[in-house]
This record gives sequence, C-alpha cells and structure tokens, in this order.
Amino acid sequence: MIQEFKKVWKQYTIGMLWLLGLLWPLLGIHSDGTMTFQTTFTVWTYILAGSFVCLMIYVIKGSGSLKFVADPVSRAAGNIKTTSTALPTWIWLAAGLIVALIYPQFADRYGTDVAISVLLYICLGLGLNVVVGLAGMLDLGYIAFYGVGAYTYAILNTVYGLGFWVCLPLSALTACIAGCIVGYPTLRMRGDYLAIVTLGFGEIIRIILNNWMELTNGPNGILGIKSIGIFLPVFENGFTFEHFWMKKLQLFYYFALGLAIVAAICVHRLNFSRVGRAWESIREDETAAELMGVNTFIYKLLAYAIGAIFAGLAGAFFAARMRFVSPESFTFLESAMVLCMVVLGGMGSIPGIILGVAALIALPEVFRQFESYRMLIFGATMVIMMLFRPAGLIPAKRVGTRSEEKEG
Amino acid sequence: MSIQPILELKDVHSGYGSIKALKGISLKVMPGEIVAIIGANGAGKSTTLMTICGIIKAEKGEIYYAGQLINKVSAEKLPTMGLCQVPEGRRIFPRLTVMENLRLGAFHRDDIDQIMKDIQHSYEMFPILGERKKQQGGTLSGGEQQMLAIARALMTKPKVLLLDEPSLGLAPIIVQQIFDIIAQINKEEGVTILLVEQNANLALHAASRGYVVETGEITLEDEADVLLSNPKIREAYLGE
Amino acid sequence: MEYFIQQLINGITLGGMYALIALGYTMVYGVIQLINFAHGEFFAAGGYVGAIALGYFSGIGYMETHPVICLTASFAMAMAYCAYLAVGVEKIAYKPLRKESRLAALLSALGMSIFLSNGLMLTQGVYDKIYPSELFQGRFDFGMVTISYLQIMIVSLTACLLVGLNLLVFKTKIGMAMRATAQDKTMSALVAIGSNRIISLTFAIGAGLACAAGIMYGLYYGSVRYDMGFVPGIKAFAAAVLGGIGNITGAMLGGLIIGMVEIFGAGYISGEYKDVFAFIILIGVLYFKPNGIMGENIDDTRV
Repeated sequence: MIQEFKKVWKQYTIGMLWLLGLLWPLLGIHSDGTMTFQTTFTVWTYILAGSFVCLMIYVIKGSGSLKFVADPVSRAAGNIKTTSTALPTWIWLAAGLIVALIYPQFADRYGTDVAISVLLYICLGLGLNVVVGLAGMLDLGYIAFYGVGAYTYAILNTVYGLGFWVCLPLSALTACIAGCIVGYPTLRMRGDYLAIVTLGFGEIIRIILNNWMELTNGPNGILGIKSIGIFLPVFENGFTFEHFWMKKLQLFYYFALGLAIVAAICVHRLNFSRVGRAWESIREDETAAELMGVNTFIYKLLAYAIGAIFAGLAGAFFAARMRFVSPESFTFLESAMVLCMVVLGGMGSIPGIILGVAALIALPEVFRQFESYRMLIFGATMVIMMLFRPAGLIPAKRVGTRSEEKEG
Repeated sequence: MSIQPILELKDVHSGYGSIKALKGISLKVMPGEIVAIIGANGAGKSTTLMTICGIIKAEKGEIYYAGQLINKVSAEKLPTMGLCQVPEGRRIFPRLTVMENLRLGAFHRDDIDQIMKDIQHSYEMFPILGERKKQQGGTLSGGEQQMLAIARALMTKPKVLLLDEPSLGLAPIIVQQIFDIIAQINKEEGVTILLVEQNANLALHAASRGYVVETGEITLEDEADVLLSNPKIREAYLGE
Repeated sequence: MEYFIQQLINGITLGGMYALIALGYTMVYGVIQLINFAHGEFFAAGGYVGAIALGYFSGIGYMETHPVICLTASFAMAMAYCAYLAVGVEKIAYKPLRKESRLAALLSALGMSIFLSNGLMLTQGVYDKIYPSELFQGRFDFGMVTISYLQIMIVSLTACLLVGLNLLVFKTKIGMAMRATAQDKTMSALVAIGSNRIISLTFAIGAGLACAAGIMYGLYYGSVRYDMGFVPGIKAFAAAVLGGIGNITGAMLGGLIIGMVEIFGAGYISGEYKDVFAFIILIGVLYFKPNGIMGENIDDTRV
C-alpha cells in the first residue's frame, strides 16, 4: 500500500512545499520592513492537516481498506441504478414532480427561497445548454440575455405600467432579438473566437446597463418593480375574479417550477427533433454538416435565439420577484456560474443540469457561515470536480460518441 | 543465436482506451537489417510503432531496445537513446523552416559543430532541402516533406529508425526515390530499419524479413523472398 | 494636437501593459489550446508581490538609498514568484485535464481564477494596497504634453521584455522547441522534446510577463486590488484574440491596439464607455477577419 501510493505522497509533499513558498511572501513580509513566519506556518498547518485527512481517505479508499464501507455503498448505488433503469422513466418523473409540488409545504421561508433560485438557474442552465451543449458554441456572455429580460420588464413596468403577463412575452422577445444581434456577427467565428466575442457582448450589455442613466438608472438599478399580478376566483359575492399581487413566496415557487418544467420539456423535445439533430451535426463537425445540407446559419442563430428566450423569461421572473434590478446581478461571474452548472452537471443532459444547479446553489448555502471563504471553496470545488468528473456528474448519452473515436 | 536483437517485442498489448489495437505482438529486429511490417488498414501497424516509441503505453508485454526494457521510458527519452520514428503523415512542423525542422531533430544534442555538419550532410543527401532551407515546412510538397522527415529523423543519430508508411500519398517515381534512400541509409550509415507499409510489394523488396499483421496480431513471419512468393500474401496484399 | 499626442503616449503606456498580459494568454493558448482564465490572477498576484517587495524595501529604508536596485529586485522577485505560482497551477489544475475536453480545462481555469483572486483577498485584505509613491515623481514637459519618468520607465521596460521574448522564441533552441510543441506535441516527443517541460516554461514566461505588467499597473495607478486581474485580463485576452490567438507578434500588436482604442475612446468619445470600445473593435475586426489580424487558420475544434 505504501509502495503503491508513493507517487501520490511524493506529489503531495511537493505540492505542500510549493504552497508554503506561495503563502509566505503574502503573509510573512510586511511593509514596515519585518519578516514573520508565525502566521504563515499556522495557516499552512491548517491546510496541511485538512488536505492530509482528505488524501488519507482517498488513499485508503484506493487501496481497498475501506471495502467494508465502500462495498455496501457501491452495492446500494448499483441497486439504485438497476431499479432506476428497471422502472419506467415516467415513474421517476412523477415522483420528482410530486416532491417538487409538495416541497414548499414542508420547507421554511429560507428553504423555499433557495429552491426558487435553484429553479431559476435550472431555467437559465437549460437555455445555455441549448447553445453550448446542443449546438456546441461556447457562450461566455449568456447572462446578458437574462439581464435584457429583467430590464425589459423593469422598464416597461416602472415607466409604462405594463403588467407582468404582458411583459413576459415581450421580455422573451427582446432577449430573443438581443440573442440574434449577438448571434449574427459571431456566426462566422468558431471555437474560442466565439467565446471571447460572446464575452465581449456580455460585457458591452452590462456596461450599457451600468451607464445609460436615463433608461436604466445606472448602477443604482431600478426600484419599485411591481410583483406578478394574478386573478384569483373569489366566491364571496357570487363568482368573480379578484386581482392580487403575488406576495407569497410559495406562489413564486410554483411559478418558477412551471417555468423550469416548460424549459425542460422544450429542451428535451428540441434535442430529439430534427432541429436537435441539426445542432448535433453542427456540434460534431460544422463543415460536414454544411456539406450534408444543414443550413448552419439558421440553426446556429436559432440556438442563440432559443437560449436567449429562456434567459429572457427567467430574467422577467427575476425582476418580478426581487422587485429590483441592477447591473450587479449580470456580471461575467454569473455567466461563468451558469456555464459551470451546465458543464458540471453534464452537457446536454437535463437531469445532469438539474443536479449541477442544485450542487452549485446549495453548496455555497452550506458554507454560509464561512462567508469569506465561500468563493474560495467554490473555486477549489470547481477545479476538483473537473479533475475527478471532467465529463460532468450525469454525462449525456449522445454527447462525445464521435464515429472516429468509436472505430479508433 | 549469437547476436542479440536490437529491438524486441514480447507479447505486447496496447490500445486506445477500451479499444484494443494490439493483441499480443511479438517481433525481433536484428542490428543492421531492414524489417517490414505489412498489413491492411487498421491492422495495428502504426499502433505498433507508436507503442514502441512510448507515445501509446503498452498495457501488457515487454519492449526491449538494445537489451534494455523500455516500456516505462518516457517518449521523449527514446530518441536520445537512438530509437527514432518517422511517423505516418510525416508530421513536419508546418510553420518552422526546413532548417529549423532539421535543427529540432538534433534537439538533444549539444555538439553544435557536428550538428551543422550533419545538416550539410542532409542537404547533400537531399539537395532539394538545401534549396528550400529557408522555406516553411508546410509549404513543401509531399515528397519533399517525406525527405525532410527522414532527414530530421537522421539528425537524432538513430541506431534504429522506425518508418511509418513512407510511400503514403506520393507519386510512384518519388516513392522509388524514397526507397532508394532508405536502402542507402541502411547500407551506408548502418541504421537498422523497421518499416511499416501498406504497399507490400515495395516493402518486401526493400526488406530482408517481413511480418504480416492482421487485427492486432502477427499472423506470418518469414524471409521477405519467401513471403513474396507465398500465394496467400500475393492474393491478399499484392492484388493477384 | 497636443491633446492627441498626450493621448498617444498614454495609449502606448497602457497598450504595452495589455500586450504583456496578452502574450501569456496567447503563448499558453498556442501550446495547449486553453484559455487560461487564471492568467489575470497572475497579473494581480504580480501587482501584490511587487507592492509587498517595494513596501518591504522602503520599510527597511533601502528605497531612498538604492532605488534602482530595489526596483530591479522587486521586479525580479515578483516575476519569479508568479512564474512559480503559474507552474504549480498548471501542474495541479490543467495537466491532469490535458486529455479531457477543452471545456473541462476551461472550467478548471475559471475555478482556479476564482480561487486565486479569493486567496489574494483573504491573505491581503479587501482594500486597495497602496504602492510606495515616492518613486518616479519627475516628468518632462513639452508645452502641453507631459511625459512622466514613470511612463518612460514602463514603456522602455515593456519594450525590453517584448524584444527579449521575441529573441527567446524566434532565435534560441528552446524557443524553437516551444514553437514545435505548439504545432505538434506527438512529433515533438519523437524528436526528444519533453512537452511537459516546455509547457511549464511557457506558463512561467507568460506569468512573469503578466507580473511585470501588474507591477507597472500598480506603479502607474498607485494601488492594486485583489480583483484587478479580471478586467485587464479579459481586455488582454481580447487583444490576444484580436492579433490572432497563438501568434506572439499578433498579441503585441493587439495589446497596443486595445490600449490605444481605450485611451482614445475615453479621451474623445466617452469615458464611461471606454471598456466598450475595446470590445467593439474586437467584434468588428473578428467579423471581417475571423482569425484575427495576424492569425493563421486554427483548426475547427469546438467545445
């Protein structure tokens, strides 16, 4: 066992010494011309101890000494897997739906709040999945469409007094137009050129939101957005409808759930349609797709437009729920987050994305009490996840089985 | 047998992920000879060479070079030991000049004077390269690239040269030239050559011994003349 | 006219810094086809370590007596530090992913970027770190146009680094090996070039240059912040793409163009939208020349 993991230990030792060398200049050299070693060593020892425990678990697991724990676990996992394939999919879907429907009855306010974020990000993740996972175009400015949707509702509502239900399709429409505007010039570009241009567009839209004082109120954002208005049947004096402003969190939850379900169904249907196959062919080999008669121009634009529509819908909902929008919510980091969720969960796979979103939203919530370490842990987790599961948590079945790879 | 083989494979298995390309290849190359490996597309010829060179790791079996086990030696160490490959498709560095391509062949060597002499020697052997020494590798024609690839490999001062499909995509007259050069390298410089070819006729005429590979296994091995007169070979690989 | 010349000088100063950062992006991309999102953090870390070193020297009082030695030493130390950081980052976060999809490596890079900038924040605090400002107070005045000593120092040092890098890449054996590795890693291994060493070297050089830019940035603007790597980072990446990613001369040119556009846009059109101009130029150029100004055709590899 010691022999087997000699390499691991050697690398670990080198890594830890490297870390010590990195930490000391940052923690140990002071501007008053003194050098200290105490803090560096304390911090380093903490990290050393923490990572040592993790590595120990990894090594013991690898060497098979944890069989008495790992075996039942893996057997249970295997059982779950066989049952999950044995039972028809609709049972799982129904079970998931029922859990989702009764969830707010059991969760507290905080829990429901987190769940709403999760559903919102599922919607965003599914939209981005159309662009990245299905059509294979790396989009680093996706959150801009979310911003466009949110600001459309915010402006139409505060300036023109339009209601949510009118604005919802309008938000989707403006986001869609924005998607086409971004999509059009980028259609000739491939690979990483596309990535930087979408990033650039994302930043441009954010900067415009930040600086166009007359329209968007700049960095201060727009306040006083009306919530979602709904008509509820009232039976007091006969049968009438009465107009309510949605205030209860649970109603928002159900709305978000509906949005996420619609998005999931759309993406699923699209994936297994003629359009989905066209996207797949563009993703795997654009030149070949073009030669086979796929109109790559239209389909790529369509991918942008559809991705943007989901973001626009989610954006309008976001504005209605927060009742406040500011450019702060639409930074590159958000785009990166959504991309992370998609890739972490498994590109092109809907259950994967749902899991990815849940992991990335829930994880920072768990570390809420270590507020300042949250993003540090988040970054480290991203790296570690990629190192261990580079294809995502639930990889899609149709991604990555290129013909040439199969034949070898 | 008194002479040790300079290169020997014993039951080598390797592949790409779950796909097994080699299912137990065993072969011997004696110092100073030309050995040909022939076989159809996808039989595992190129994989054999890539496994010898350590680009693909052997999963099972042993590879001996000059009596030394080289399974675990990393790919970039082998050229310094005198084992060099001219890979399939030539793989010239397209945006480096002919001169730079040749200099890179001698990357591990520090004897600058000798390197310069060797480069001059390559230009004598392949006059066309001398004419184009300032040109980028990617702009050369297929035959010129093949010559450059061989010249570059010779810059490493190999004892054993592995050649992968030197005739691929070249006009017959160029192919003849290349094979003349191969024979010349073998005779004059004393370089042992392991040749992989689809063109069985050419390969077996150039070589002294041959191996036939089918779906990752050696199905036949013999003297080249014997293989050439083998009716099965004639039917399967020589189109008769 | 004076205003124009003044802007030109400012633009060259800023563009030089962008060029230095862009080189790291373009070299790393050339060798392993990865957008190294953590590169901006090398720039920020460089700025911090430079500030720490300069602060230490002024703390022990060497700064007044030997300013040139202190500055040189600070640059050298910070660049070595960043090279050391980058090599480790590559080994931990990118090397195991080399055979996986490019998107996995990209996300690993993003994660690393978040990790590093938060690491800087935790060790150095959320507030700006002030650079010792007593250096380079002087300036030349030519009527309306002023050139500070600092600008001269920055521009000449940038020029030295750029020339040095060009010599290294195009004239030496190791540079030849770097270019060969970028073009064909398997073939490089077959001519005895160890690609791991070359990749480490590429990261080290790229980070060193970004670090130099970080210190210059700190000296020029007077302070550094833990999240300062992001915006110059993406602008420099834009510069690298503008010049044709993977192309070293292109990155230098792209950096200068982005710097100029930003300064002139801010000076003549609108200061608030200065970041927009860089991207508009980028999108415009890429629309008409999708492979950048000096780019060769890169292969069609997609995410």
